[in-house]
Order: sequence, then structure tokens, then C-alpha cells
Amino acid sequence: MAAGNEVSSTYYIQHHLQNLTFGNHPVNGWSLAHSAEEASEMGFWAIHLDTMGWSIAMGLLFIWIFRKAGKMATTGVPGGLQNAVEMVVEFVEDMIKGTFKGHNPLIAPLALTLFVWILFMNTLKIIPVDYFPVLFSKLGVDYMKIVPTTDVNATLGLALGVFGLILYYSFKVKGVGGFAKELSLTPFNHWALIPFNLLLEIVALLVKPFSLAMRLFGNMFAGEVIFILIAMLPFWAIWVLDVPWAIFHILIVVLQAFIFTVLSVVYLSAAHEHH
Amino acid sequence: MNINMTLIGQTIAFAIFVWFCLKYVWPPISNALHERQKKIADGLDAASRANRDLELAQERAEQTLRESKEQASQILEQANKRSAQIVEEAREQARAEGERLVASARSEIEQEVNRAKDELRAQVSYLAVMGAERVLEASVDEQAHRKLLDELAAEL
Repeated sequence: MAAGNEVSSTYYIQHHLQNLTFGNHPVNGWSLAHSAEEASEMGFWAIHLDTMGWSIAMGLLFIWIFRKAGKMATTGVPGGLQNAVEMVVEFVEDMIKGTFKGHNPLIAPLALTLFVWILFMNTLKIIPVDYFPVLFSKLGVDYMKIVPTTDVNATLGLALGVFGLILYYSFKVKGVGGFAKELSLTPFNHWALIPFNLLLEIVALLVKPFSLAMRLFGNMFAGEVIFILIAMLPFWAIWVLDVPWAIFHILIVVLQAFIFTVLSVVYLSAAHEHH
Repeated sequence: MNINMTLIGQTIAFAIFVWFCLKYVWPPISNALHERQKKIADGLDAASRANRDLELAQERAEQTLRESKEQASQILEQANKRSAQIVEEAREQARAEGERLVASARSEIEQEVNRAKDELRAQVSYLAVMGAERVLEASVDEQAHRKLLDELAAEL
């Protein structure tokens, strides 16, 4: 509860939703933004240090755990860590078997990385909203938003990665001509409707990464806002709403990671299909 | 909610993590999983094969037992038959031997009788000669003759 008398609740909410931004400010030059206005004035040439830091940390955690399990992996009776890791790997493998129709050795590691990484990033949300902002403000850092998936840059960045692969495999598998044909001759196979088809298909194509990113971001961001609102209650009443919401979020966290992964695989599967 | 370079940074991080996962994380885990799956499948296979082998062995053992029982009973039967035959043969032999013994005894007796008869005949002739001598020497006494004749008869 940082919402004291002198700090308005609006400020509290805005503060918790502001990323730690480092960028090229028109006046201050390359520096940390000290307010939301400064951050937005930096324009595109800025980076969210908290988003990057926490997401890379979570990615490294994923790599470390799974690499460790991979190194220990035996064909004999698995230990606890190996068992857990294998469960996740098998889960992802089964999912791919069900949704991915082509053959591509990249898809399974991609799906595993997406699923576990997003899961870890989402899980940061279960940490009470005030811990890290307060801790870092004591250390002299103004802002600290620890859940990377509540930053649209992070989710859109992931979705762009997937989108790049969709384009790459569309061109590679179908060929430039095949892909162009698919875009111009579906859903209506008639030369007169080519412009209409093109419009429809290109919108559909572009919507894919956007919907991926927005779905994850929207869910996580909304959940975060609710957590922040709950945190502004009197301290003895917080748990009444916070606990059910956190328990509900255990579901959301896994579900959103899963949806992002499955849809990515489905999109990539479509990119591998011949017509 | 600013779109900025974080977007690109995130994409780069994503690419690196996927590459690392593809290179160093997925293969060992996946391999271990599939190898274990194969091992388990092989194990189950071997178990079922062993079961089948066991069944077969049991069947074979049963058959062997049955056969050997049959053989044993056959041998027993043969032995019984053989022993009966031996007894029969022995009986036959004994009878033949008995008959032979009887026959030889009979022929011996006959021989003896014949010899006796021959001897007797020889003696009779001798006695007759002796009797005739005596008759010629002694008087013709009927009483004496009677006596002589009786003696002769007793000597026969």
C-alpha cells in the first residue's frame, strides 16, 4: 500500500503501470525517463529496461532449468526435476502432434520456448504488486513493472517473431508464386475477385500476430490493473479479493501461455500447408 | 503504453532463446524420452514374449509327461505280456521235460524189464537144463517130480 495521503490513487495506478524506460529524450538526451510524459516523448528509440530484464531473466531461468534436466536426462527412472520437465515436453509434443500437420524440427522447441517462457513471465504476476516497485524505489529506481507480458512491446515482439516465421515458411514451403496464389485466389477462386481476396487475405494475415499479441497483453494487463486496484484497499481487506483473484490467475497464467503457443503452432501449420 | 525498441529487443531475445532451445534443450530431453519409451515398449514386448514362451514350455512339459506316462504304461504292459509269456514257456518246458522224463523212465523200465526177461530167459534155459539133468538123474517119483517142479516154478 503506497497510496498514502500525499499520493493520489491515480498516481499510484499510473506509477505501477509505468515501465522503467531508457531512451533518447529530446531535451535530456540518453537517460532514464522520470515520468510517463518523458517516456512517451522518447518515442520509438527507447527501451523498457524492466521488461527486457525480467523477460530475459525468465528466459534464462527456462533455459537453465531445461538445460539442466536435459543434461541429466537418462532413459532410466527419472528424478523429480526431470519428471516435471519431461511432463512439459510431452505436453508440448502431444499438442504439436494434434495441431501441426507438417514436419519441421523447429516447431517443437519453438512451442516449448514460447509456452514455458510466457508461463514464467506470466507467473511473475502472482508476486504482490507492491514488492518490486517499493524495493526498487528504495534503491533509487523510479519504476519497476516486473511482468513483461503486461507490456505490449513484449507480447508484440514475440508475435512478430512468430509472424516472421509464418512468412518465412509460407514462402519456403509454398514458394513465392504459391503464396501469392493463396493470397489472391482464396476464398473466391475467380480472377475478378483477386483484389477483394488480396485485401481479405492480407488483413487476415496481418491480424494473426496482432491478435496473438493483443490477447496475451490484454489479459495480463487487465489482470494487473485489477491487482493494483485491489492493492489500494485497506490492508486488512486486501486478501478478501486478492486471494480469489490470484487463484483465478493461476488458471489465466497457464491458459494464456497455452493459447499463445497453440495459436502460434496452428498459424505455422497453416503456413506449411500446400493447396 | 509506448511502442519502442523493446519490441525489437524482445524479438531478438525470443529468437536467441528458441535457437538455444532447438540446439541444446530439446534434443537431449526428447531423445531421452523417446529412448525410454522404446525401452519400455521393448520391455513389455519381452515380457509378453516370455509369457508366451512359458506357456509353450508348459504345454511341451505336459505333452512330454503325457507321452512318458503312455510309454511307461506301454512298457509295463509289454513286461506283463512278456512275463506271462515266460511263465507260459516255462510251464510248457516243464511239461515237456516231465513228459520226457516220464518217457525216458518208461523206456528204462521197459529196458529193465526186457533185460530181466532176457536174464530170466537165460536162467529158465539153465534151470530147464538143470531140471532135465536132475530128472534124468533121479527116479521117476511123482512126489519127487512134484517137488522138483514146484521148486522150478518157484525159481521162475
